[in-house]
Amino acid sequence: MTINLDDPKKLVQLRDQAHQVAMNMLRPISRKYDAAEHAYPKELDLLAAMIDGVAESGASSGAGAAGVKRDDEEHPGVRNGTNLASVMSIAEMCWGDVGLLLSLPRQGLGNSAIASVADAEQQERFAGVWASMAITEPGTGSDSANIRTTARLDGDEYVINGEKIYVTSGERCDAVVVWATLDRSLGRAAIKSFVVLKGTPGMEVERLEHKLGIRSSDTAAIRFVDCRVPMENLLGSPEIDTSSGGFAGAMATFDNTRPLVAAMAIGCARASLDLARDLLEQAGVTIDYERPAHVQSAAAATYLRMEADWESARLLMLQAAWLADNGKPNSLEASMAKAKAGRVGSDITLSCVELCGSVGYGEGELLEKWARDSKILDIFEGTQQIQQLIVARRVLGLTSAELK
Amino acid sequence: MSAPSRPSTTFGVSSRDGRDPLGYAVAAMNKLAQSELLDRLGIRKHAERAVFTVTRGGFRTATTAGRAFAGAGKRGRPGTRPGAASARGVFDLTPTEDQQLLVDVVTELATEVLRPAAADADTACATPPEVLAAGNEIGLPILGVPESLGGLSDERTAMTGTLVAEALSRGDLGIAVATLANGSVATALSLWGTDEQQATYLPAFTGDQPAAASLALTEPTVLFDALEPATTATTTADGYVLDGVKSLVPRGADAELFVVGARLDTGANALFLVEAGVDGLDVEGDPAMGVRAASLTRLSLTDVRVPTHAVLGSDDGATYAECVRLSRLAWCALAVGTGQAVLDHVTPYVKEREAFGEPVAHRQSVAFMVADMAIELQAMRLLTYKAAARVAAGKDASREIGLARHLCASKGMKIGLDGVQLLGGHGFVKEHPVERWYRDLRAIGVMEGGVLV
Repeated sequence: MTINLDDPKKLVQLRDQAHQVAMNMLRPISRKYDAAEHAYPKELDLLAAMIDGVAESGASSGAGAAGVKRDDEEHPGVRNGTNLASVMSIAEMCWGDVGLLLSLPRQGLGNSAIASVADAEQQERFAGVWASMAITEPGTGSDSANIRTTARLDGDEYVINGEKIYVTSGERCDAVVVWATLDRSLGRAAIKSFVVLKGTPGMEVERLEHKLGIRSSDTAAIRFVDCRVPMENLLGSPEIDTSSGGFAGAMATFDNTRPLVAAMAIGCARASLDLARDLLEQAGVTIDYERPAHVQSAAAATYLRMEADWESARLLMLQAAWLADNGKPNSLEASMAKAKAGRVGSDITLSCVELCGSVGYGEGELLEKWARDSKILDIFEGTQQIQQLIVARRVLGLTSAELK
Repeated sequence: MSAPSRPSTTFGVSSRDGRDPLGYAVAAMNKLAQSELLDRLGIRKHAERAVFTVTRGGFRTATTAGRAFAGAGKRGRPGTRPGAASARGVFDLTPTEDQQLLVDVVTELATEVLRPAAADADTACATPPEVLAAGNEIGLPILGVPESLGGLSDERTAMTGTLVAEALSRGDLGIAVATLANGSVATALSLWGTDEQQATYLPAFTGDQPAAASLALTEPTVLFDALEPATTATTTADGYVLDGVKSLVPRGADAELFVVGARLDTGANALFLVEAGVDGLDVEGDPAMGVRAASLTRLSLTDVRVPTHAVLGSDDGATYAECVRLSRLAWCALAVGTGQAVLDHVTPYVKEREAFGEPVAHRQSVAFMVADMAIELQAMRLLTYKAAARVAAGKDASREIGLARHLCASKGMKIGLDGVQLLGGHGFVKEHPVERWYRDLRAIGVMEGGVLV
């Protein structure tokens, strides 16, 4: 055991490959699908097939939100596994384009949920399915325990009724993992998730949102009217266990997915830093890591501040993934990573636009696009404020009743 | 260049500011307040302590020679070097067993010895001898000295030193600096000394009564850039002549040996070993906003003559730059430990302190400040560890140390600021240590030298 926070040697190749894919496949079509919102990025099919191939070969965890299930096998020593591989490769892909990463077939958050909580039979049945995740409702965002969509058992089927919004890849996916309550009076313990395949009668994509950023990713509103799904499509246990944390189990998925969103912010911010540095150097600005910021230009001082924030946010991301890889609790660290990366992502991308003036603001460069794309990363999978709430409760040892 | 050796007479008022009629009246009142009349009438509450030491500037005195350093070893032969720590290429946040053991011991020292002594040491501008002795006892001065030279390490100890500095400053930053000052010079000798320099000076650190010593890099100029020292080293027939002023030098009045940074005729920077008591080397108190337990001093060098072999390390600027980096790294570690002390203190406080019928911690405005403190503290820690681990593994860490310094200076200060704010009026008074941490944390980003890992 030796403290080392450099990128793990065995994952450097994966990281560099993802960087090359991002540079040579995503960047060339980045502006195109930002402009053509809701058009399907057909170029991604080839990439998805490639990722499937890599995943099947067992060479790595792939570039997307593949398995985030904890590996309970006994391994001697410190592990650098799936979670580290995922955050590192996702950051590189998002250096390419966040929206396109989110649009990658079969790499949705629903796939994460299935990989994390489905039993063996379900894993097999839903293999190869592109699954999106439907949690948010028109009246319920961060307080996901308060959802109104219902699932009523009728014979050997659940009947789902309700409205879901902000479903990433909701139109393009093959299935939607829907959060619904079995009994609203029983609170969060009664909330379960269901896999609803596309084409199931009663499920309808109502509209696609027009957005500030990540425009290449389709964001759908979906309505469920007496939508009947087989009871075997419920993920996890059907029992309503009010004593222990059934809902906490569902929320625990976030411990695995939050570092992934932090990775998206890290990648997007790095894109801005790289380009801004290039443009600044062309304009005669030199950035010196060893001189005091105060004896350098204001632009260089700003840049140094941003890069220090970025580097430390990336380390928080790696820490959260490393803990998961080693079977240690990481709820606090996952929220720390997302909080820091989320706000740093916004600050960096917006500051880089400002530093580069009209060059940064105009559509001639991608800086303005990254400044739009980054904002969602401080919102979805738990807003900045929700992350602070989680961190504060953990650090202070307060319950959700005490610190509301 | 002559730096002002006395406190400014303008009291921090900028030259663009001036007195108006009310200001003149107030100034007159102030003259009265300062007159001895008040004292003769016995109406002044506190007598000012006019002792020398370091609580006041302006009393300049020659440094006094400590022990005699008898020359030994072979001039020009490279010294013994600690090897790079083994690197397996695995991302890992777990310290080695040895490191953890040491951190546990140091944490106990910080809790049981440093913290209880901190408030008085801050007031007295001096760390008590028994506290320094306790640090010596656990081997702090020889942590970075190779075993073959009588020290504790068998490899590069930047990571271990970082963990130790963090653990110490969790007790108190000022005392941490006081206890680490001489070990920093011993580490420098281990990293860059020739066989002769190591044989001459290191025995003074590895014995029962470790020498006091100090690394002097900071200078009293605004916008000071450590890579552009104004202190000069002019080449002579048989050595160098050093001229300049160094500020915020820990325990300079006690130090028997200094490592001083200066610029050569060639334009490159270098480090020089300067023994206390040499002609032209004066020391005076240089008390500051914080880090007071480290007995900060100002060191004046006027035509100080040193031999050619007083150069520590290379004369091309490389050793000097590396020294600046390793010192900054140590200050980052001190910031992390102090930040942790703040977080440890405010956490129970906001849960106990009630306002409007419930603990203030139940309010998001308070709780979120604590959350941000915890997030940024961990961010500082990880970046500092990354830099330290790279140094220990023999990799270039100039970028990581530069970034860590920026982060620790700004976020560390923010933690100190919020620490006081969370305690409100109680944070502003000396009943609680947060006001001291506030003052100490301002040192990060200002201090160069003094400590290194």
